Amino acid sequence: MSAIVAEGLVKIYRSRKSEVRALDGLDLTVAEGTVLGLLGPNGAGKTTTVRILATLLRPDSGRATVGGLDVVHQAQQIRRLIGLSGQYAAVDENLTGRENLWLFGRLYQLPSAEARRRADDLLEQFELADAADRVVKTYSGGMRRRLDLASALTGRPRILFLDEPTTGLDPRGRLGMWDVIRGLVDEGVTLLLTTQYLEEADALANTIAVVDHGRIIARGTSDELKAQVGGERIEVVVHTRDDIARAIVVLTAGMDGDHTIDEHMRKITVPARGGAQRLAHVVRELDDAQIGIDDIALRRPTLDDVFLSLTGHAAEVAAASGASDGR
Amino acid sequence: MAGSAVRQALEDGLVVAWRNLKRVPRIPELAVFAILQSIMFVLLFAFVFGGAIPLPGGASYREYLMPGIFAQTIVFATATTAIGMTDDLSKGILDRFRSLPMARSAVLSGRTLSDVVYNGGILIVLMLSGLAVGWRVHTSVPEFLAGVGLLLLFAFVMAWIGVWLGLTLRTVEVTQQVSFTVLFPLTFLSNVFVPTQSLPWWLRPLAEWNPVSALTAATRHLWGNPNPFAASGLPAEHPIELTLIWVVVLLAIFAPLGVWRYRSMSR
Repeated sequence: MSAIVAEGLVKIYRSRKSEVRALDGLDLTVAEGTVLGLLGPNGAGKTTTVRILATLLRPDSGRATVGGLDVVHQAQQIRRLIGLSGQYAAVDENLTGRENLWLFGRLYQLPSAEARRRADDLLEQFELADAADRVVKTYSGGMRRRLDLASALTGRPRILFLDEPTTGLDPRGRLGMWDVIRGLVDEGVTLLLTTQYLEEADALANTIAVVDHGRIIARGTSDELKAQVGGERIEVVVHTRDDIARAIVVLTAGMDGDHTIDEHMRKITVPARGGAQRLAHVVRELDDAQIGIDDIALRRPTLDDVFLSLTGHAAEVAAASGASDGR
Repeated sequence: MAGSAVRQALEDGLVVAWRNLKRVPRIPELAVFAILQSIMFVLLFAFVFGGAIPLPGGASYREYLMPGIFAQTIVFATATTAIGMTDDLSKGILDRFRSLPMARSAVLSGRTLSDVVYNGGILIVLMLSGLAVGWRVHTSVPEFLAGVGLLLLFAFVMAWIGVWLGLTLRTVEVTQQVSFTVLFPLTFLSNVFVPTQSLPWWLRPLAEWNPVSALTAATRHLWGNPNPFAASGLPAEHPIELTLIWVVVLLAIFAPLGVWRYRSMSR
């Protein structure tokens, strides 16, 4: 059964001067107990999608159900099933962590004593017990995000929406957040997650849907998407420009596929089927051919690569996205 | 079912009010400066301008001033409500609330309720400072309480105006600017600091029918403080009734506007 279904969602933000088509016929489904990663650049429509599904915003057309309930007509019933953790950490920074969790637990309609117990459990689970009675203002970015996520969990939601849960976190905070999210998925919640990082979608999601200009332009497992993009590449920077031609011969020997050259940077990029083994092989061959190299690396495809191969344009950060995202 | 919905609305409203009040001691500057601002007005008018403002019949200016200061403080607190609302809006707290299965009314009822309590606290401090500069209540305890009740009722109405302003203006800076551009003339074009007799003839009706004047005159009347009014007519003769009429009218306008703004956030 599908926990989340959206069909033909359209949302247009109108202001006096302009009209932004934030969603332009977006379709998606998330099977119960699975994780969908909504991948796209700023302004693609990720946040708008989450806001519609979490009953914060009405679509201009199209329909969507969450837990089998209609997002427009059965919004209040949906709110009992879902948890939302936003891009902008929506916890009260003038309350303590414990007070925040009690507050949101009460508003999830838990009785006071149960809300208190639930707050204690969540503080423990999210390693916030030591900071429980400190005002949130004093928390680090990572702690704040964990508290935000914990707040979304006070009502034990079956369906969870996480809008860019790791944006702005340092690498350590990001890994910590991933662990927490994986734990939730193991418990069986259905998760819709938005992210700008292919790596993150890869790490957390069963299925990835790529969004651009308010539509889904590709969907599949991360392996399927990467295959479409062409998988990993090897990037070589040769020491002198004169070596470029010889290096290309070495690098493309026995391989098919395109290579790209950046003359100015003396950089050559070739597909690397076989990954690390291919890299080791190439290093030896370049060495044998006595071609000096300044740098060599195995590069995983990024969101930009996905976009480049799917749309032919880079994942530009839409300049006018301020209006369309977030609000 | 209907009964439990009402109970949920009340409970959720109280929880939201608890949250708003819990924040007050965490940002003590807000309350402290609200009080200091009012005390500054007391001192300025009691000692600087007061001497130059003759009251008909030579009544005590300080006794005249204090009820006006209470009313002014409550009117200015509208800005606090509005800014609190925009702050919650811009920080995503309202989105969090709107994603929860709580009573839809609770965010607004909780906000207006907590602001009445907050204003009550500030009033207590101001009354003590009033006593210190020579203000007294000359009537009975029930009349004193009736005056306090009117002030708090008015605070409730102003909080609804603040809710609407905050949700309409949407950013803290704009809200701050607009609030004071509206609230300053509202209190100065009244009987708060000067008797309306001193105003030019064309301004006088405006000042006399001003809800802030009605409130101030009503409390002066209830507490036996000087209450000079030039003209006869409703504002002069029935300030309590006029205040209550204003309360009903303003509430009937601004509560639905605030609710409408809150609901239209999902558009």
